[in-house]
Amino acid sequence: MKLILIFISASLINNFVLTYFLGICPFLGVSNKTENALNMGLATTFVMTLTAAVTWPIYTYILVKFNVPFLEYVAFIIAIAALVQLVEMYIRKSSPAIYRAMGIYLPLITTNCAVLGLALFMVLRDYNYIESIFFGFGTGVGFTIAMLMMSGIREELEFADVPEVFQGVSITLIIAGMMALAFMGFAGLIR
Amino acid sequence: MTGGIVIISMASMGGIGAILSLFLAYADKKLKVEEDPRIEALLNILPNTNCGGCGRAGCRVFAEALIQGTASIAGCVAGGQAVTDNIAEYLGVESQKASRIVAVVLCRGGNKEAVKNAVYKGERTCAAANLASGEKACIYSCIGYGDCVQVCKFDAMAMNDNGLPVVFHDICNGCGACARTCPRDIIEMHPLEHKIFNYCRNKDKGAVARKICKVSCIACGLCVKDCAVEGGIDMIDNLAVINYDKCPQDDQPTKRCPTACIIFGEEEKMTRETYYASLPKEAV
Repeated sequence: MKLILIFISASLINNFVLTYFLGICPFLGVSNKTENALNMGLATTFVMTLTAAVTWPIYTYILVKFNVPFLEYVAFIIAIAALVQLVEMYIRKSSPAIYRAMGIYLPLITTNCAVLGLALFMVLRDYNYIESIFFGFGTGVGFTIAMLMMSGIREELEFADVPEVFQGVSITLIIAGMMALAFMGFAGLIR
Repeated sequence: MTGGIVIISMASMGGIGAILSLFLAYADKKLKVEEDPRIEALLNILPNTNCGGCGRAGCRVFAEALIQGTASIAGCVAGGQAVTDNIAEYLGVESQKASRIVAVVLCRGGNKEAVKNAVYKGERTCAAANLASGEKACIYSCIGYGDCVQVCKFDAMAMNDNGLPVVFHDICNGCGACARTCPRDIIEMHPLEHKIFNYCRNKDKGAVARKICKVSCIACGLCVKDCAVEGGIDMIDNLAVINYDKCPQDDQPTKRCPTACIIFGEEEKMTRETYYASLPKEAV
């Protein structure tokens, strides 16, 4: 039961993008087409789940055990960077088109604050291993949901009559604000 | 004690790093992307200037298209015949004759000829000045701030002392970057066989055009009559438009032009050498 709660909390109620403002850069950068947004979401979900799976043992069995928890940022960043590198290799191999479409945003997952934030929250909230993985996966799913919603709206926006002053980045940010407002409705349902 | 922590930190970070890099090294082997070695070889043949003259996003994309067979081997306009021959030799197909294309600036209304009716003090680019319709009275004319020269990757253009761009006929390889940049579309790409041009784009009526520029096309129609072939030159929107399919490339239609805006064989005179030789000594 707790696992389901963690999953739903991470993906909807405490959605990283829309309630914590983490991971905004790909959220705005790669959300112009649904296909790219979905791929970006899947790649980030993969990285997030593996991050949780890798950083938890690193933290518990190495950093805490040897009494050097102050190394957590460095250790987490190294682990995340390695995972992103892996994802990049895989995508490059499996689909050059997606690789080109994602461009710079793919390596930028390395410094995506949502991923590091996930690792730090996990430590902060004392999750055990299974909970951490669910938390990581839920966060990734939440990220993907936000990406998909954003890209869906932005695709419709192509045909909408946007006033000239709002065109481009500004209307995107306004929409992001409205979505955050909508997600406020979930606030307080579960912690 | 501090020393102990340092050693433990170093050992743990080193250990994590080592394990992850081992893992990545393994993944790199497993997931290695086999790139077609021919792309690299073709890139060595191509000019690698990414000028976009072939209509593709860059030399690499063109090389990929060549291998897939979706591009013509004569597609690289910047490289010309030599590159086309090399590509053909490398791919083992028969070479095609690359048609050389050069840029032609279709305005001769420089500072001396064109009337100015405004002073422009903004950003010194044609794109910006075009928003305020430039300094010259003629709204079809060259603005004269040299966006085309800026964008030329091959040093095949320069702004002359009359405020007009010149194309070095021997250097220009026809990538078309200048034609795409010009906000007034007065630069056109033409194959070498085209030798007669109407160097004016003014669509105003003759009386208006004559007032604002000394070398404007006033739509008198003399060249239309003088062209040896019927329909070789048409009068469209107060402009003499040369129909290159029909009009014989000689100086017959140019002889009676009252404003000398239609000229034959002018382009090939301008090479880089003749241009720089024509400049005053101190300017060089």
